[in-house]
Amino acid sequence: MSELRYRDALKLALREEMARDENVVLLGEDIGVFGGAFKVTSGLLEEFGERRVRDTPISENTIVGMGVGAAMVGLRPVVELMTVNFALLAFDQIVNHAAHIHYMFGGQARVPLVVRMPQGAGHQLGPTHSHSLEAMFLHVPGLLVAVPSTAADARGLLKAAIRDENPVIFIEHESLYGIRGEVDEQDQEPLLFGSARIAREGSDVTIVGVSRMALTAERAAEQLAGEHGIEAEVIDPRTLRPLDLDTILASVAKTNRCVVVEEGWPHGGVGANLAALVSEQAFDDLDAPVVRVSGADVPMPYSKPLEEIAYPHAPDIVRATLSVLGRDPAQALTIPLATGQDGQRGQDGEPGQDGQREGEQNAPGAVQEAMQQVGVESEIREASR
Amino acid sequence: MTTPSPARLPSDTGDSPDREARLPEPETAREWLAAMVLIRRFEERAGEMYARAKIGGFLHLSIGEEATIVGTAKALRDEDYLVSTYRSHGDALARGTPPEQVMAELFGKRDGCSKGHGGSMHMFDAQRRFMGGYGIVGGNLPIAAGIALACDQRGSDEVTLCTFGDGATNQGTFGETLNLAALWRLPVVFMVVNNMFGMGTSLARHSAVTDLQRKGESLGVPGMRCDGMDILDTHAVVSEALGRVREERRPLLVEAVTYRFRGHSMADPEDYRTKEEVAEWRERDPIPAFGELLQREGVLSSEQRAQIDRDAIRRVDEAVEFAESSPFPGPEMLYEDVYVIDEQVHGRYHETGPGR
Repeated sequence: MSELRYRDALKLALREEMARDENVVLLGEDIGVFGGAFKVTSGLLEEFGERRVRDTPISENTIVGMGVGAAMVGLRPVVELMTVNFALLAFDQIVNHAAHIHYMFGGQARVPLVVRMPQGAGHQLGPTHSHSLEAMFLHVPGLLVAVPSTAADARGLLKAAIRDENPVIFIEHESLYGIRGEVDEQDQEPLLFGSARIAREGSDVTIVGVSRMALTAERAAEQLAGEHGIEAEVIDPRTLRPLDLDTILASVAKTNRCVVVEEGWPHGGVGANLAALVSEQAFDDLDAPVVRVSGADVPMPYSKPLEEIAYPHAPDIVRATLSVLGRDPAQALTIPLATGQDGQRGQDGEPGQDGQREGEQNAPGAVQEAMQQVGVESEIREASR
Repeated sequence: MTTPSPARLPSDTGDSPDREARLPEPETAREWLAAMVLIRRFEERAGEMYARAKIGGFLHLSIGEEATIVGTAKALRDEDYLVSTYRSHGDALARGTPPEQVMAELFGKRDGCSKGHGGSMHMFDAQRRFMGGYGIVGGNLPIAAGIALACDQRGSDEVTLCTFGDGATNQGTFGETLNLAALWRLPVVFMVVNNMFGMGTSLARHSAVTDLQRKGESLGVPGMRCDGMDILDTHAVVSEALGRVREERRPLLVEAVTYRFRGHSMADPEDYRTKEEVAEWRERDPIPAFGELLQREGVLSSEQRAQIDRDAIRRVDEAVEFAESSPFPGPEMLYEDVYVIDEQVHGRYHETGPGR
């Protein structure tokens, strides 16, 4: 086992799959010479050459569409988009084309395409660079959707995504790129889609956390155990399509209570979907309605105090869990929502006390991107080393 | 409103030699005529079947554009790829897809080329490298460039030809894809089938630059033009374009100037153009024009010409008969082909429970 950062685990997966199959090609903005906005692809241009690591113009819809066409005739393209918000420029190719081609042409063409992108709030990037949109992709039949939250899952799922015959939306998280985790480099096998990870076992309540929220839910579970004597079972679904609903239902059958946590918007969200599925299929097991914790129903604001309260933190999950257990949420000992200025929140992937980043800037990519806009690429490259 | 006129043509295609000199071997010439007539008869019957509610949704007919379709398809090699639009019955037929499969698709039947999942706008024939009709205007350009990228990556000399209408040149993908194809020197021919209208909006009312062959210049893609009402000119220009792209490894834009005699779709009252304008263009109907040329050149007798028409009508009759008798897809086919189900993934792909 070795300890890798999430971004390096992704790079390892890309490198392994590119070495294994010459049909794997990377397309994306600034993935080559620049090394990727979040440095996931740095070094791959030098290793595999410019025919397999292709810097593209800023043309999201066309980059994805070219990936679709290339995939239809045998390549296995991996397209990187700089953020999930930019994927909206490519929605035509993702939904009308990538997702539907196999179906609308009667199974005659396949689209083994991976579209990678990061999402998430916390870096003051405002309403066009900070959202969590996995629900939009989950909505579309024909797509597979992966939302890894650990380094090992990121590597294993990306390998599976590249080998899969279907188009995969692979959603990373900006705040997780610098987080370290154990990765077994000897194990070359992909991680099957549709298999949830039980991040923490418990018998009192099931908390399902999506993407980064799996880690935030784990932190909340520690607080629940330490401060309230509540043992929460935390489940990270890892992929939303296909969904390992069985693992969630089995947990609910044991705990009889369920909280669903996502960073995205509440209406039509992943939490709404999971809450409906659990309510429909485990109604007799439930002792209380499923409770959702989600991002605020607003465009992501820039100002730090506003951004802080616009997406869930561990105390929010603690309060929701207390309420689903019929306890008074006011019992929560945790300090109320902080302004984030004191750096003591210790949220996963945020500046604070989690001690996992060994002094690394939390999300160098985001910083780099911001710096890029004021034209200091050289410092960015320096900072990334 | 500027009225497009056939007088704007004919061919200022420059290098192409005299049309007589471009005549192919007699047998080939007769095949081309037969392919055009088949499309014409097929489309006429499709229109009738639509009126009889055998065909649902939208139906976009290619009547008037047969010279462009056949002249282009016959210039392609078997191993080249053709990518088309929602007006693509003719492209499939010209590429060799049996009329039965195309008509059955229009009828929404199980034996349709897309198993009834696609319909009029979404024909496909992988075997003949007809890589699809696409329902989104401009959505097919990136896909064609991607196919060309894969061909180039493999070191093959296959070329991809992508057709789209004049309206598509205003989409973002036009600029994005031409730029990228030129930048990466991809073997793709972009072919704008200028039938003078983006649905009901005339070229002069939708495009600041109406000389469409020039619309790729600033993106690094040189243009050529052919008379899309003349199969010989279309074939000559497209052949030259394919040859140059294959050789020089760079994209070209070809504008085929043509006209659709029928509405944009069957649900089109055609208030945006005059009957006189349509009549004027119909005088340049590519099928009689080519038939008469072949007769004048002595490579087609009037009996042969009549026989070609009878054969086409018979083929279309058979196609309708086949489509009628093919079963509708059963409910078990509702979820078929949404995903390629393989060993990489498990779990729940769909929610297919009660209430759905």
